[in-house]
Amino acid sequence: MREFIQFTLGGIGFGMVYAAIALSLVLIWRGTRILNYAQGAMAMLTTYIAFTVIGHTGSYWAGFAAALAAGLVLGAVIERAVIRPVENKPPLNAVVVTIGLLVFLEGLAGIIYGGQYRSFPAAFSITGLRAGSFSLGISRNDVFVAGAVLAAALGLAVLFRYTSAGLRLRAAAFNAYAARLLGVRVGRVLTLGWALAGLIGALAGVLVSPATFLYPASMDSIFVLGFTAAVIGGLDSPVGAVVGGLILGVALNYVGGYLGSNLVSLFGLAALIVVLMIRPSGLFSSRTGREV
Amino acid sequence: MTLARHVGGALVAAVAVWALSVSLGSFRDYQMADIAVYVVAIAGLTVLIGLSGQISLGNGAFMAVGAYATALLQMHLNWPLWALFPASAVIAAAFGAAVGVAAARLRGPYLAGATLMLAVALPTLATQFPGVFGGDQGLPVTVIPPAALGAAFPLTRWLAWVNAGTALIVLVLLANLARSRIGRSWQAIRDDETAAALAGLNVAGLRILAFVVSAACAGLAGAMLAAYSSQVSPGSFTLTLSIALLTGAVIGGLGSLAGALWGSLVVVLVPTYVTNVATSHGLSSTVAANIPVAAYGVVLIVVILVFPDGIQGGVRRLFGLPPPTAAVPLARLNSLRRRPPSSEHQEEGTT
Repeated sequence: MREFIQFTLGGIGFGMVYAAIALSLVLIWRGTRILNYAQGAMAMLTTYIAFTVIGHTGSYWAGFAAALAAGLVLGAVIERAVIRPVENKPPLNAVVVTIGLLVFLEGLAGIIYGGQYRSFPAAFSITGLRAGSFSLGISRNDVFVAGAVLAAALGLAVLFRYTSAGLRLRAAAFNAYAARLLGVRVGRVLTLGWALAGLIGALAGVLVSPATFLYPASMDSIFVLGFTAAVIGGLDSPVGAVVGGLILGVALNYVGGYLGSNLVSLFGLAALIVVLMIRPSGLFSSRTGREV
Repeated sequence: MTLARHVGGALVAAVAVWALSVSLGSFRDYQMADIAVYVVAIAGLTVLIGLSGQISLGNGAFMAVGAYATALLQMHLNWPLWALFPASAVIAAAFGAAVGVAAARLRGPYLAGATLMLAVALPTLATQFPGVFGGDQGLPVTVIPPAALGAAFPLTRWLAWVNAGTALIVLVLLANLARSRIGRSWQAIRDDETAAALAGLNVAGLRILAFVVSAACAGLAGAMLAAYSSQVSPGSFTLTLSIALLTGAVIGGLGSLAGALWGSLVVVLVPTYVTNVATSHGLSSTVAANIPVAAYGVVLIVVILVFPDGIQGGVRRLFGLPPPTAAVPLARLNSLRRRPPSSEHQEEGTT
């Protein structure tokens, strides 16, 4: 029982990181129908930027802010420079371009920062919290991780629901043609969507790196699991992304805790296959038909 | 007629391989064996993507299956090389069938993601069961040239012969398959799944069959990799391998088997060359090792944006050849079609 509570709480921390990656994928998917395989690599690069800023200023929060700003800019630049030409092209083009981006960013990070593992600081203490004599299996920093992602998700929800920019984002995702007729600058809106996704991804990178170390391929497995979370939730559903991330994080923590950490990625594969077999477009997807 | 042309081409290529392997040094022979591995794996992927319109980011995992099958069959049953290769291909094909059954229901990004996960997850089995698969160390594979060639015959030349010969056989088989009824059916479901189904084609079965063929090629490539690197370890089957296969297929030109050859040459030779140039210009080894990685990425993006038909498309344009019937420019690959997010380019009535 004690272990069960520890594994559950510990899983929520990782689950929120998967949720953040899933959320950034869903943002892009809804707007452009493109799956951004470079999301993890973008988060890795912005985390390196945070690492550099922290090294120069000595302030964690300066690095944190730099990473988020860099994520915003990187997302917008990538959309404008390489994604715009493959929008409205066959999906394989976008798949290959984002995979090319993934490889390029990892190579670039290797050239600039080298391949060695670097430890990335945590925002708060990583010693375990206790309730009386009972160790909860999570730290103050884990609470911060969960809180930060939750705040970002709520912020996005508010943005989408209550602001005019959010309305435009929804309109462009719902029907770009009609939105354009109604005066929405769809191109700019798509750029904004990528920028927001870059920001959420950057947040995920900064939050997870204290636990994984930082190296050019450090976000690969996180990205794959974030993708799994997004698929479990249904690529169209932001709520599904967060729920999918939490389910996956907790489930994988049980697998890692009870059965051994080597099985985690195999179990992720199994979870992905099972979900896709039962609901080929995710648990929270409303659309069941496929266009022909 | 087609068969005769393909076999004739393969025989000419075999003579060229023989001449090259005899005249070049052992390092080049080794590279030739390496290129042959990629030719087989990339040709399998080209058939899957270019002909049947499905994508796989997980063919590296099928290579791992084939390579481990080779190592285990040799270790426990002591099978000879000529039996190991087909057996490994068959075992990988069985895996491909299982994946294909799951994949036949998936489209575009879901399929890409599921196969990506396969590439990440499957090699971890080797570390999970070190008793069977040898853990991170992997398993040894021994290849010796037949005694008939003489005791002094260089091993690298024998490996180049074995691998290049296998690659040529595979290319002939695939070229004929692409021209066959099955190949045409694949193109039909690639171009319009609904129309193909209405015309009586078994869409799910054909999609699964494409995965089986692709996996068999990858498994065979894995066996060839095991033979020439004389060992099998999980470190050889990273996500990078699967991405390199995709890179080769895209750079060479999807839908044309000749493209697989160009793609393999680029994937094997360019990184070595770039690293050598970078090192000789006094760059540190970490930088030199990462430049080809970054260059891969740039090449992938540029090829898709500027030359969507790949090298083979460029070669054809250079000689004024018409596009091959079996080839598909990326722009026509629409069985992976998604709903266009913004439809300003679609004039009403023209689609």
